[in-house]
Amino acid sequence: MEYEAVIGLEVHAQLKTKSKIFCNCSTAFGAEPNHHTCPVCLGMPGVLPVLNREVVNYTIRTGLALNCTINSFSRFARKNYFYPDLPKGYQISQYELPLCEHGYLMIDVDGRERRIGVTRIHMEEDAGKNIHGEKGDSSSYVDLNRTGVPLMEIVSEPDIRTPEEAAAYMRKLRSIVRYLDVCDGNMEEGSLRCDANISLRPVGATELGVKAELKNMNSFKNVQKALEYEVKRQTRLLEEGGSVIQETRLWDADRGVTLSMRGKEEAHDYRYFPDPDLVPLQVDDAWIEEVKKTLPELPDAKMERFMAEYDLPRYDAEVLTASRELAVYFEACNKEARSPKVVSNWIMGDLLRECKGDDQEILHCPVRPEMLAEMIRMIGKGTISGKIAKTVFAEMMKSGKSPEIIVKEKNLVQITDEGEIVKIVEEVIAANPAQVEQFRSGKEKVLGFFVGQVMKASRGKANPTVVNKLLKERL
Amino acid sequence: MKISRNEVEHVADLARLELSGEEVDQFTGQLDAILSYIDKLNELDTADVEPTAHVIHVGNVIREDRVCDSIPLKETLSNAPETDEGFFKVPKII
Repeated sequence: MEYEAVIGLEVHAQLKTKSKIFCNCSTAFGAEPNHHTCPVCLGMPGVLPVLNREVVNYTIRTGLALNCTINSFSRFARKNYFYPDLPKGYQISQYELPLCEHGYLMIDVDGRERRIGVTRIHMEEDAGKNIHGEKGDSSSYVDLNRTGVPLMEIVSEPDIRTPEEAAAYMRKLRSIVRYLDVCDGNMEEGSLRCDANISLRPVGATELGVKAELKNMNSFKNVQKALEYEVKRQTRLLEEGGSVIQETRLWDADRGVTLSMRGKEEAHDYRYFPDPDLVPLQVDDAWIEEVKKTLPELPDAKMERFMAEYDLPRYDAEVLTASRELAVYFEACNKEARSPKVVSNWIMGDLLRECKGDDQEILHCPVRPEMLAEMIRMIGKGTISGKIAKTVFAEMMKSGKSPEIIVKEKNLVQITDEGEIVKIVEEVIAANPAQVEQFRSGKEKVLGFFVGQVMKASRGKANPTVVNKLLKERL
Repeated sequence: MKISRNEVEHVADLARLELSGEEVDQFTGQLDAILSYIDKLNELDTADVEPTAHVIHVGNVIREDRVCDSIPLKETLSNAPETDEGFFKVPKII
């Protein structure tokens, strides 16, 4: 039987606020253990949590970007469970009446557009961090700095059908929260985390199968791989006449398998109830309008604009707008260079290769957009050849010097003066009589050999157009 | 009966309470009495009453996103039975 996968993702995004969601402790990463704590986030009796306005703003901003309805009335609930990283014995979250609902996100897999529903986005507090002792140590160690750091949980509809689509959804979501500047999107460090629900059903069926919940996938690649593994595992189970059991499974990236957490987990029974310490949140139209004004141009809109305004191919526009840093880089560079396709080629080729596609590296890349623009203008004017430009680019990367200085210091200016090139051309012709004979007897391909020799003799600096012209004249 | 022995055992388990058989009987009886008492509210006709989200009619108690000093580590750890290099030390979790 043919099966299809039904996948829904729950994504936790750590918000980039300065202080925690319900107290004034810092959210800064990397502090000494338990230094960013106070009676509120430590869960002391008698304290009163007070909501951080920016958490609401960031969540509304995300809700608007994901086409959600922003609920005018929402409230917080307690999710009860015991774990050492949760000092209160409950997590403050939202259950009924979340802040945002009924949104969607468009993804593109192999040129096919798909609309993935967003069920809800709610606000909640993060838990602390446990460090487990080495073998033989019978203790764990708890750091509560992260307790109370604001999170947004973004829940998708079970609209995703393949592991590729799941990875595309995550990439798009990451790109959007980064454009919105509400989350740094770092999956490896855990500021963007993803759990997946996956079940199989016969193709054409409408009823849902029994699902497994996958956790611990800390990169786009791992999300896709874990789901691929799970599709195979569940297919095999069903084909052998067995059945999938509802459970939580951990992705083990080293071994490339998902493993049951059975035994560790009892049935979820969180006994949600409205948190009496927090009053309901009312968001009026004026507040939503205020947030709307802070929305930047989003990746899809930017991509369309890049295609229309700069006449770039869809592929280029998509690569350039995938990260805000890259899009800003492109526009800054093109403002000076005024040659969109050339700028795009340099960015997608040399720049992305040097920066390994990393947004932070692009932001701090020694080759500033103005420098790349200057270099491109030098190619346009014929001061340097495209080939020499590769050397100049590598040198800019290394030293951070401007292209003009590099060209001067390394004496890389293109030779366009015919008199100078003629000398080289004549030398090369004189030194290779056999090839001259071949060319004259009709083997025109030998011309390439001569061009190569002249370029070599000029150390790449001779203007190729002039070289070609002179060679044809003399041979 | 408003509540069963099984439910009492389940709730005790969720609350990490170890109850003897006698205690389960005792609490089942007491909880049943409490739930029956509360049930009296169901006799009221609330068809025209708006659901209450909170006992006080206040909305939007909100603070600005500002960092203030946290408390000294000594105080943070002062109630902990065991600590180690600034961490709370607990029995091994996994």
